[in-house]
Amino acid sequence: MFDIERWQEIFETISKNKLRTFLTGLSVASGIFILVILLGIGEGMQNGIAKQFERNAANILYVFTGVTSKEYKGLNPGRQIVMKNDDFSYISSKYQDDLEYKSSIFRIWSGLITFKNESGAYRVEGVWPDYQFLENAGMTEGRYINYKDQENFEKVVVISEKIKSDLFKNGENPIGEYIQISNINFKVIGVYTDPGGEREETRVFLPISTAQRVFGGANNIRNLSFTLEKKDNFEEALAESERFTEEVSSYLKEKHIIAPDDTSAININNTLEEAKRFYDLINMIKFFFWGVGICTIIAGVVGVSNIMLIIVKERTKEIGIRKALGAEPVSIIVMVLHESIFITTIAGFVGLIFSLALLEFVGPMIETEYITNPSINFSVAISTVFILIIAGAIAGFFPAWRAARIKPIVALRDE
Amino acid sequence: MCFSDFYFFQNCYKLFIMIEIKGLHKSYKMGSNSIHVLKGIDFSVAEGELVAIMGSSGSGKSTLLNILGMLDEADQGSYTLDGLPIKNLNEKIAARYRNRFLGFVFQSFNLINYKSALDNVALPLYYQGVKRGERIDIAMSYLEKVGLANWASHLPNELSGGQKQRVAIARALASNPKVLLADEPTGALDTKTSYEVMDLIQGINDEGRTILVVTHEHDIAQMTKRIVNLKDGLIIDDTKVNQIRALSNV
Repeated sequence: MFDIERWQEIFETISKNKLRTFLTGLSVASGIFILVILLGIGEGMQNGIAKQFERNAANILYVFTGVTSKEYKGLNPGRQIVMKNDDFSYISSKYQDDLEYKSSIFRIWSGLITFKNESGAYRVEGVWPDYQFLENAGMTEGRYINYKDQENFEKVVVISEKIKSDLFKNGENPIGEYIQISNINFKVIGVYTDPGGEREETRVFLPISTAQRVFGGANNIRNLSFTLEKKDNFEEALAESERFTEEVSSYLKEKHIIAPDDTSAININNTLEEAKRFYDLINMIKFFFWGVGICTIIAGVVGVSNIMLIIVKERTKEIGIRKALGAEPVSIIVMVLHESIFITTIAGFVGLIFSLALLEFVGPMIETEYITNPSINFSVAISTVFILIIAGAIAGFFPAWRAARIKPIVALRDE
Repeated sequence: MCFSDFYFFQNCYKLFIMIEIKGLHKSYKMGSNSIHVLKGIDFSVAEGELVAIMGSSGSGKSTLLNILGMLDEADQGSYTLDGLPIKNLNEKIAARYRNRFLGFVFQSFNLINYKSALDNVALPLYYQGVKRGERIDIAMSYLEKVGLANWASHLPNELSGGQKQRVAIARALASNPKVLLADEPTGALDTKTSYEVMDLIQGINDEGRTILVVTHEHDIAQMTKRIVNLKDGLIIDDTKVNQIRALSNV
């Protein structure tokens, strides 16, 4: 490998056979180029989808109750199930370590909200401070509800940008102003904005303790909303959320005396399962790209071996001459392989560098919704280059070996 | 003086006999038929001889040369080169012997067409493991010897037939072989060029190099010192001749 004499011989051969070298190199370089670009786009699509889900807090679990559909332990079907505060506190404390954000929700369907002469009907929801993060709400002014508000039953309210523009027509600063919800005064402490858009902004938020007390909710709650702690990979997160869903569901069914197979009384919406469908799709697409890429590599290998075959055929006479002059069979094999490995290596890296440069410079300029930052794992790229080099060497070996075994007299007769 | 003592004779024998062949047989398989090409050749060449091997096509002369050149192996019989028995050769050893002991000159020159004249001449030295600088120096001195020093950097297709053959001769000499084997060296050349090449071969022989020339041209054969005639795989005639100097014909 480090025999300088042999390197000189190789370089001489390469420099005197430029077309041959170029053709071999081209098939290798283009193979690598196409593979890297395909894998990069696959990665970009995954990034794009992942970003779509990030926007909607992908791993939210949402519990809501309905009417029982089955008779169970002597209780009639058709009972309305209502969750209580202790359901929430039990789940919160039991799964303390698993939960990232948690909130129970007490909702008053359409409350009339009035400020001075303006009024409108909005959804009023009593929530915990974590609810801001469950909804991915951003604060534009003031603050969200905090635990102190909760403890002290403060009559405070967080309104949305939309409600602000509906009610505060004169451009007053809403913070510190009082608005009336069903004729009860609440102090505005903050203005939020929701990435879900206008529809999501037709709500005002109160501390749940205040809401239950003021609006006669006793200790009833409408919904539970949770996010689980982030996991390293999607599969783990999905398994975790499915386990959690199952356990919460069976706990609530037992506590509220619902048949275990009653599907309408307790509903848990697991958005991760939605996400999973998209990730499965992406995985399919990536799998497809890998398939195409591997086929490209195979085509590259076949191309390289074809060229090697032609090269060896073309050099049969030269090999005969070299053998007559005293070249040992091994030195013939080494000569052919050394040359082919050298060319495939250089060409492979040229293809790699071009494709990486393209992904690097053109990638960030791609602004479609479903492809974000196409890139490729460098070690994957490097290993494909090595696979191609090794495959090229193996492909080159057999014709070289055959050539080395040709008797020199036969080779010399070859015109 | 060599005959005075048996052991001394043995020494003389080793000193002077370059090639010795005994009972050489060779047949080729052609489909289901087997063609018996050499049918028992006994033949020896002393050091410094210039021998022509003649015969019509199919007489076995090329086969004999290929066996002498270790490009092919005999089925039967012994072959001794400068006291070294040549038998049970594997490819590797045959390659090494070819490289050290033999120089080849072919009818179709067999130069490597992408290498310059100089690099062609240097090639056997590459396989001897001689360093590049030294290789180039030696190759250059042989190119000078054949009168082509000014053509060193030219590719074979820029040379005339005679020049190509002279490069091939320089290449055959470069590894300083014991025997030069020439297979129809003038077969592809016109008469004038043939004689020039033969003049070169005679000059090399004058320096003491053992040379075997396979030819079917009588005028070329007359320029050697001994003519061996082959017919149907047997030597039918082996006579020393009065060498005609090629230069006198040019």
